[in-house]
Parts: sequence; C-alpha cells; structure tokens
Amino acid sequence: MLSILRSIWYTFLHAFHKRETQGYPEKLPYLPPRYRGRIILSRDSDGNERCVACNLCAAVCPVDCIALQAANDENGRRYPEFFRINFSRCIYCGFCEEACPTYAIQLIPDFEMGEYDRQNMVYEKEHLLISGEGKYHGYNFYNVAGVDMGVKGTGKGENEEAPVDLKNLIH
Amino acid sequence: MNTIFYIAGGVAIISSLLAITNRNAIHALLYLILSLLSISVIFYILGAPFSAALEVIVYAGAIMVLFIFVVMMLNIGLEEEQENKWLTPRMWIVPSILALALLIIFIYVLKEFQFEKTTADIIGPKQVGIKMFTKYLLAVEISAILLLAGIIGGYHLGKQKKKVLHRFIDNIRKI
Amino acid sequence: MKFVFIIAGVLISVLTIAAGLIYVERRLLALFQDRLGPNRVGPFGLLQVIADMIKIFFKEDWIPPFADKAVFVMAPGILIATILLTFAVIPFADNFIVLDSNIGLLFFLGNSSLGVYSIVLGGWASNNKYSLLGSIRASAQMLTYEVFMGLSLVGVIMMADSFSLRDIVEAQRGGWFVIPQFVGFVIFFIAGIAETHRTPFDIPEADGELVAGYHSEYSGMKFGMFFVGEYMGVTLISALIATLFFGGWLGPSFLPPAFWFFLKTAFFICMFILIRASLPRPRYDQLMELGWKVLLPLVLLNILITGGVLIYTHSL
Repeated sequence: MLSILRSIWYTFLHAFHKRETQGYPEKLPYLPPRYRGRIILSRDSDGNERCVACNLCAAVCPVDCIALQAANDENGRRYPEFFRINFSRCIYCGFCEEACPTYAIQLIPDFEMGEYDRQNMVYEKEHLLISGEGKYHGYNFYNVAGVDMGVKGTGKGENEEAPVDLKNLIH
Repeated sequence: MNTIFYIAGGVAIISSLLAITNRNAIHALLYLILSLLSISVIFYILGAPFSAALEVIVYAGAIMVLFIFVVMMLNIGLEEEQENKWLTPRMWIVPSILALALLIIFIYVLKEFQFEKTTADIIGPKQVGIKMFTKYLLAVEISAILLLAGIIGGYHLGKQKKKVLHRFIDNIRKI
Repeated sequence: MKFVFIIAGVLISVLTIAAGLIYVERRLLALFQDRLGPNRVGPFGLLQVIADMIKIFFKEDWIPPFADKAVFVMAPGILIATILLTFAVIPFADNFIVLDSNIGLLFFLGNSSLGVYSIVLGGWASNNKYSLLGSIRASAQMLTYEVFMGLSLVGVIMMADSFSLRDIVEAQRGGWFVIPQFVGFVIFFIAGIAETHRTPFDIPEADGELVAGYHSEYSGMKFGMFFVGEYMGVTLISALIATLFFGGWLGPSFLPPAFWFFLKTAFFICMFILIRASLPRPRYDQLMELGWKVLLPLVLLNILITGGVLIYTHSL
C-alpha cells in the first residue's frame, strides 16, 4: 500500500523534471562532427575531384548501393564517369568512407533527406560532389601517391625516394 | 401519470412476450431487462422510488448480468431440434392446469374485492428502512441468514485444494 | 425554460469536458513521463481535440459481418446514455441541478450497474474471442466493484441522512465528509477506477493480452463513443467524489459555487490520470482478491463504526 502511494508520488515529481522531448523541426539537434549522415564526394585543394574510381567503396558496401564507372580524362587521370548512390538502400555504415584511399567519399552530419518520390533518393554525381574539401583539408592523394598527375613529379614527395632506375644495377 | 403508466405497462407486456418467443438467448434476456426497467418505471409512478431503484440495481443490474454472463460462457446457439424433442404436447398439460387455476383466482379476486383507487403516497427510502428494521425484522433476519448460507456455500464450492505440488513432480508420478 | 437551460448547460459542459479530456489526458501523461505531449495543432496543441473529433467522425464505421448487428450498434449507446443520465442528479451548484431526486445516489448506482451491459454486450456482439474474454472479465469486475461502491457510500448516506446529492452537499457545511469517511472515500475511489475500467484496472481492455478487449471490433464513431464514454465516466466519478466527500459546490464565496465544484472535479480527474501514469495493471485474480478479501471487510467495518458513532452521538 505504501509502495503504491510512493510510486504515485514519484511519478508526480516527474512533472517537474527536464523534458526528454527534442523539439526537432524548430530546435535542431546537436550532431557531432563525425556523425554519419549523407554521403558526399569531396574535391582536393586544387579543386579537382578526389575520386579515382577505384571501386573500393562499391565493393565494400554491404547493401550495394554505390555504382560507378571509371574513365580516364585527357591527362590520363582516372575519374568516375558516373557515380550513383541509392540512398533508399544506404544504411550509413561508413564502410565506404573507411575504404576510400583518397578521402574522396565522406559521410557528413546531415540526415534530412526525406523525399516524396522514391526515385529522388538516387543521387547522381552532380548531387554528391561538393566544391570543398570536406573533413580533410589540404590533403591531396597525388601528393603522397607515386604517380605523376601534374601535382608533383615522380619521386619528389616528402618521404619519397627517387624512382629506381631499372636499367642500372648500382643505386 | 396514467398515460405513462399505460406506456410503461405496454412496454413491459410486449417485451415480456418477446422475451419468451425470441429464439436468441441473449436477445431474449435483453427483452427481459427492458421489461424489468419498465416495471421499475411503474413502481416509480406508483410512489415507490426506493423499490424502483432497487429493481434496477438488483434485478436489471446484477442478476441479469449474471444471466448474460452464463449464457455467454455456455455459447448457446439456435438449437431448435432439442427443444422440439423436449416440448411435446403432453408437457403442456400440467402447467396449463396450474396457470388456469391461477387465472380463475385472479378473476375471482378482481370481481369480489372492490379496491379503492390507489393513493399515490410517496414512500421514500427512509420509511422503507424503518419498516424493515421494526415490523419486518424477522423476514429481514431470515433472508440475511439465507444469504449468509449462500455465501458460505459459494465459498465452499469455489475453494480449490492445491492438487499439483509442482509440474515436474506431478509428471514423474504419472510416468 | 430554466429547466431546458439547465439540461443544456449540463449536457454541453459534460460533453465539452469529456472531449477536452482526450487532450488533457495526453498532455498530463506526457507531463508525468518527461515528454511534451500533443503540441502541434493550434496553440499548445489545443486544437488537437477538434482534429481528433474530425478524424473519428469521418472514419469508416465498419460492422463486422459476423457480429450481432442490433446489439453491436446498441452497446456503445447504452454506455453514453447511462452516464449522461447519471449527470442529471449531480448538483453543479446550489440550484443548478437537473433532477433533485430523493433517490439520487440509488439512481447513480442503478445507472452504473446498467452501464455494465454496454461492455458485456459490446464484447459478446463482436463475436470475437478476445472481445468475449474482455467482456467476461468486465462483467465480473464491474459487478464486484459495484458492491463496494454501493457499500462505501452507506457511511455518507448515514451521516447525511438522505440519498439526495443536494442534501448530502448541504450536510457538509460543517465539514467535508472526507475526514470522518476517509475509508469510504478511498474505497469509493478504487471502486470508481475499477468501474470506469481505467488503468490500472483496465483488465477488460488489457491491450497487452486482449488486443483492445471488448472494443476490438469497433471502429469509427462507435469506438469514439466508447472512447468518450470512458472519459465521461472519469468525469462522473470525479464529480461524485467532489460531491460526496469534498463538499460539492461549497467553498469560500469569492468565487462562484459552480467554479468550486469544477475545481474539485478537475483535481480528481487529474488524480485519475496521475494514477494511470504511475501504476501497473494487476492480474485478474489479484483484482478480485483485493476486492473480496480487503475492501469488503474494510467497508463493512466502516459502516459498523459509522453507525456506532452516529447512534452514540444521537443518544447524547
């Protein structure tokens, strides 16, 4: 009997507690910087696409929502001819971001992606590509990569030795 | 007042007839409830509000609920064959004779005794209570003892001995 | 003319309160559960009531083909009718009462015992096993608690010397009956919760076990009548508690008497909602055990003691 009265009293005291409800559309919730939301494709500091169309993201994607086609531009640089993410399948696991060797694909703190038409959930490259560098500023894949793509010469990198002359036995 | 009486009386008679003739048990009980309610209206206009209220609370409210409760549990359908088997013409003889005797007495009483017009003295709950605990004390006590016996009997019938010690032990014994 | 005015006043206020309770209950439950409750429609979500009403009126009113149609349609009407009839004997203020009957309390008890039919028949007519189970539970529960409800009022009747609710309020000018009749008040409150089958005693509905109990098959406005009927029942029991134990319309004269009555009623409605927010549902046999083994002896003892004290004080 007493415990019943006590539980009624404690329930009453809850009237003066802090509300747990988030007033979402009016008050936007705080999202941490590493929140895994909408997927974007970033550019490097020179304004070129970071993506080299290596297909690792599409391979690692557990729900197969990423589709892309590799192509080479006139300098021989690889880039995705199309890059398509079906967000109605995406589970926002972030594996693609982990797999990406060039930090091109990134998940950003934005989840407001509701659509009335399901077809609008399929994002093409022009929807995905942003003009900035995303989370990793100043990073350019070709600064650390071995190939010369007009960013730096072969063997000119910071922790990079000069290329081995295959026709010479003496180093 | 008279029109209300005739309306209530008519409703009571019609619903009683429907209660007898209806084949669906629950519908019949509903008509019976309606009949009890209209009788309580008659009680009220005759100046007995207390018995009118008791009619509703006890008969319509409690006893008939139990009736419906039982009918619901038994799941009585439309079993006409059994009824036809039981209700042979011979079954009607004794009840008809008894009813006829009652009818004769009723007609005789109506003819021989001249009733004065009922004076509508309103008998409130207080008068009923005082009468019950002075003049009719014996009847109240007897019915109280009867009800007590009913309660004890119900308790005895409803009491269950613990038959199963534990479901495993019980199963072992069966094996 | 005055009579019509009073009836209209009672009807409008009761229906408004019952409809408003749909909103108030959700808001209060949210308050006790650290939430906000409905706050989208209109200022503070106040228009939620209207939105709910529009929704419930325009829903498809479907009668199952396997149901007993006449009884199915009748059942929700019985509930509303019995509860609305009972409001006729409740004094909202000194002369604001539809029917000042000398059997007012018995009228309430009779109507509440007829209210059982609504649930029993509703469940039976649905022809659905869960509904039937709900209505079987309801009939047992409500018959049981009607006994204590009636008996818990005997103390009040003895002290006021009348069945008329107006006389009972007048008899409380010296002091509220809740003080000498505290046991009666507690038992009436518990029986009232069971009678309106509100949580924690919502065993006939028990949505965890019986889908929605007796109104599983109901939809549209027929369900709405059960829904609003429950809130009207809550209002009724609260109004009766205020009248019988807390002095009805009596109160300091700087506010009108009807206001005091509404204030007390509103307080007990909030208590109903608070109890709903805090207590879990007991098992069916536990409910019956509480009734017959605890409340019945207590209420009989209450009657005995009240009678003894009254005889003693009268003989002095």
